[in-house]
Amino acid sequence: MTATLSRPRRQRREPRPDRLVRLGPTMAFRLRPRIMAVYTALTAAILALLAGCLMVGDYEIALPNVLNALLGQGERLDTFFVQGVRLPRALTAILVGTALGVAGAVFQSLSRNPLGSPDIIGFTHGATVGAVLTILVLGGGGVGIAMGAVIGGVSTAGIVYLLAMKGGVQGYRLILVGIGISAMLMAVTHYLITRAELNDAMSAQVWMLGSLTLRDWGQVATVGIGVAVLVPFILWLGPRLRLMEMGDDIANALGVSTQRTQAMALVAASALTGVAIAVSGPIAFIALAAPQLVRRLTRANGTSLFGAGLMGATLLLGSDLLAMRLLAPIQLPVGVITAIIGGSYLVWLLYTEWRGGRA
Amino acid sequence: MSQSERLRGENLTLAYDQRVISEGLGIAIPDNSFTVIVGPNACGKSTLLRALSRMLKPSTGAVHLDGREIGSYPSKEVARRLGLLPQSSIAPDGITVADLVARGRYPHQKFLKQWSRSDELIITEAMRATRVEELAGRMVDELSGGQRQRVWLAMVLAQQTPLLLLDEPTTFLDIAHQMDVLDLCAELHHERGHTLVAVLHDLNHACRYATHLIAMKDGAVVAEGDPATVVTAELVEEVFGLPCRVIEDPETGTPLIVPIDRRGTIAQRAGQRGTGRESTGLRSRV
Repeated sequence: MTATLSRPRRQRREPRPDRLVRLGPTMAFRLRPRIMAVYTALTAAILALLAGCLMVGDYEIALPNVLNALLGQGERLDTFFVQGVRLPRALTAILVGTALGVAGAVFQSLSRNPLGSPDIIGFTHGATVGAVLTILVLGGGGVGIAMGAVIGGVSTAGIVYLLAMKGGVQGYRLILVGIGISAMLMAVTHYLITRAELNDAMSAQVWMLGSLTLRDWGQVATVGIGVAVLVPFILWLGPRLRLMEMGDDIANALGVSTQRTQAMALVAASALTGVAIAVSGPIAFIALAAPQLVRRLTRANGTSLFGAGLMGATLLLGSDLLAMRLLAPIQLPVGVITAIIGGSYLVWLLYTEWRGGRA
Repeated sequence: MSQSERLRGENLTLAYDQRVISEGLGIAIPDNSFTVIVGPNACGKSTLLRALSRMLKPSTGAVHLDGREIGSYPSKEVARRLGLLPQSSIAPDGITVADLVARGRYPHQKFLKQWSRSDELIITEAMRATRVEELAGRMVDELSGGQRQRVWLAMVLAQQTPLLLLDEPTTFLDIAHQMDVLDLCAELHHERGHTLVAVLHDLNHACRYATHLIAMKDGAVVAEGDPATVVTAELVEEVFGLPCRVIEDPETGTPLIVPIDRRGTIAQRAGQRGTGRESTGLRSRV
């Protein structure tokens, strides 16, 4: 039997006992010390990176001045850079990273496979075709591109789901069908680009890399609303998703309506990915890497959706800081950085899985 | 058939897509029994178990649990009344025994109240009953097959359901672990008052442990009742196509099936018997 949501085998000590947390008479949860430590560290990392993003740039601002600017009491130029340019960009990175991390965790959990991320199962390529079509054929701007991406992504997810379905969806079938559809969609994208005017082709190319430059508060609001609505809903589904990782039969036996849960989770995760891609373009590998990285760090025995969100935010914010400063003053699209980080991660994942004899 | 049994199915037609497995099947699980379902491969044993546990919706007829149609209960409510151990389940990687057993508490938990002291006591009790208490902190994937099966049983016990359905709980275990698991089942039935329904492959095990035996062939119930009265050489020949003698088990006095030695005639017989198909339950998950 292959349990593919797996970690490399290593020396394991008995985990420390859980702590029971009570919040009044009606709320009680079990918390694992290691998981709490990882979540705290990730939150601290996000705050540190956020401070970094607000401080550094061609125009550097010291931390006290950043704080003043945030409160609206700083110098005019500081306030302009912090509130008008850097904060919306950083918040977009955090929100998009959260969305991609959580959505990736859902897809991986449902497909019971660490490769089951929106990058692999065709969603991202569907969104790309939608956006590129809008740029090249309809000549649409920001809102049009976002709409095109969402429509392209969701309809691709629908097609993949229908083709892979046979009394519920089997994980490997979802992935294989997704890979096939992705290849076709990529061909469509390339064809569209070869037929386009040079300028249009350039802007399509740039969009396809994924970027966070020049994000404004409107985009923060768009992805913010998506995250605020969809992430709590997905967290609510979390316990059921974790039971479904043990197999549909046992989840059913424990009182989970597996087909309904599967459908709800897929729709919610697709919508979440769609919102993220609409705002930032198809940023590669965050959805693939974040859930697995956090799982390895926490050594949790199931998908941790919350942790995947934190990890996604950390990864994207960190990548964006690198993209801005690595070759400064040249600005790299953040998608380039995430692709390099994610690609190395993927190679490492496959290497350790193969060495562990599990892939 | 009386109307008092907690779990019964009436006039069931069971089918996967177009493939009909059973038609007009009626079944009642006597309360407080250790019911064992036997039959040749692909006779519909596992399919019946799936229908009884609401995993397969019958095309016609209905399964009743505590007087109501099983499909009319909310999923979690069914899971508080009826526990099921499927043939194969995936233990999440890196999960400890205690954590896996704790997952059996899901049907009793609410979103805001996910854990309580009583959950703690119940999983400790379930692990004690299945003798995996000292393994509580170990990783499930480091355990032997027999230990692992006991852990899964503990998880189902933690559900605290009066009814327990077990789909071939002894498959993939060596003989010592098979007896171990069956002894445990008998103990759960006898001492803790669970009503048990198990699909078993081994007819001798079934005769020894069952208080109520259901023999199936081609999707229909051929015989049911106390193994001591039901199991005869004729029945075994009819259901399994196996000529045999039935003697008294020297240990327990229950029927013991001893196949006829037919090595001399095997060449002639080979043409008459079809090759056995794999059981549907196994194939659906592997």
